[in-house]
Amino acid sequence: MTDMGIDTGELWLVIALLGLGSYGLRFVFIGLIGDRELPAWLLRHLRYTAVAVLPGLVAPLVVWPQATGGSPDAARLLAAGATVAAGVLTRNVLAAITLGAATLFLGLYFIG
Amino acid sequence: MPTETTNSIFWKGVRDAAPFILVVGPFAVLFGVVATEAGLDLLATMSFSVLVIAGAAQLTALQLLVDQAPTVIVLVSALAVNLRMAMYSASLAPYLGPAPLWQRAVAAYFIVDQSYGLSVYRFEQNPHWGIGQKMAYFFGSVAPVCPFWYVFTLIGALLGSSIPDSFALDFAVPITFLALITPMLRTRAHVAAALVSIAGALVLAFLPYNLGLLVAGILGMVTGAEMERRSARHLEQESDA
Repeated sequence: MTDMGIDTGELWLVIALLGLGSYGLRFVFIGLIGDRELPAWLLRHLRYTAVAVLPGLVAPLVVWPQATGGSPDAARLLAAGATVAAGVLTRNVLAAITLGAATLFLGLYFIG
Repeated sequence: MPTETTNSIFWKGVRDAAPFILVVGPFAVLFGVVATEAGLDLLATMSFSVLVIAGAAQLTALQLLVDQAPTVIVLVSALAVNLRMAMYSASLAPYLGPAPLWQRAVAAYFIVDQSYGLSVYRFEQNPHWGIGQKMAYFFGSVAPVCPFWYVFTLIGALLGSSIPDSFALDFAVPITFLALITPMLRTRAHVAAALVSIAGALVLAFLPYNLGLLVAGILGMVTGAEMERRSARHLEQESDA
């Protein structure tokens, strides 16, 4: 067990299977299917996987942050809002991270 | 007109991909730091980055491991984040398909957001490139990205334990994900998929084993695909009229 309570066996199982699975996803078409045409419905769903999974992963972390024991926190909500706003306006990942982090530190300093 | 050798095409890929070091570096450092803070040792942290080479999936897996989610949920959620790699593989296949199998097997490992995006863009621009030249460009676009991914993960892992708690690192993961997602929201279908995913994850948070995220992800995916299908049909009808 690590100090955050992650079981070592489970950790290595996840690393190994995630590595294998990720390679499989990268290899499946280029290696096995070659240049055969894929059904449009499949490609259409694959296009939306990242935008369908990541927001759902982040939403509870923003609304119920672990650091405050799960109660909503003004500094973190503001930082999340600033990150999204900067991302929409600049389309620049680094600018959004920088502005979000700056908002978080200012928020934690002034609001607590 | 300058002559294009396979060698010069490789270096064109290197030059095109070089600016991405600025994005990949900090992201890899973040993973190294967060993994070390979560208690992973150097070997585990580096194995993650070398075997998976996909930051969003690595952070997803790490977050769910810290949340004590069941192993199956950790794997399915992180692989779902990586499903886009299958889409990249599918769009590269018509270009790189004629290469020998061993070359395709090596190239597959290096399919990441940057090498995919640049390669498809340049392959469309240069249909006269032969398969050798296409492979040279692909590996050129990988050279400034993947090695830096490993090196900066290492830097992050070595820095990890020395970063004080006052840095509120717990929130580095949400901020990074939000910054990554927002530029992906190019169409109304992408925005709808993201909103359904957020609403689903919050409403279904009571479900055990982090199943809420899986259901929310599937709902978001279906929403995006369905909206795209409808708007495509709508466009067809308009052009028919």
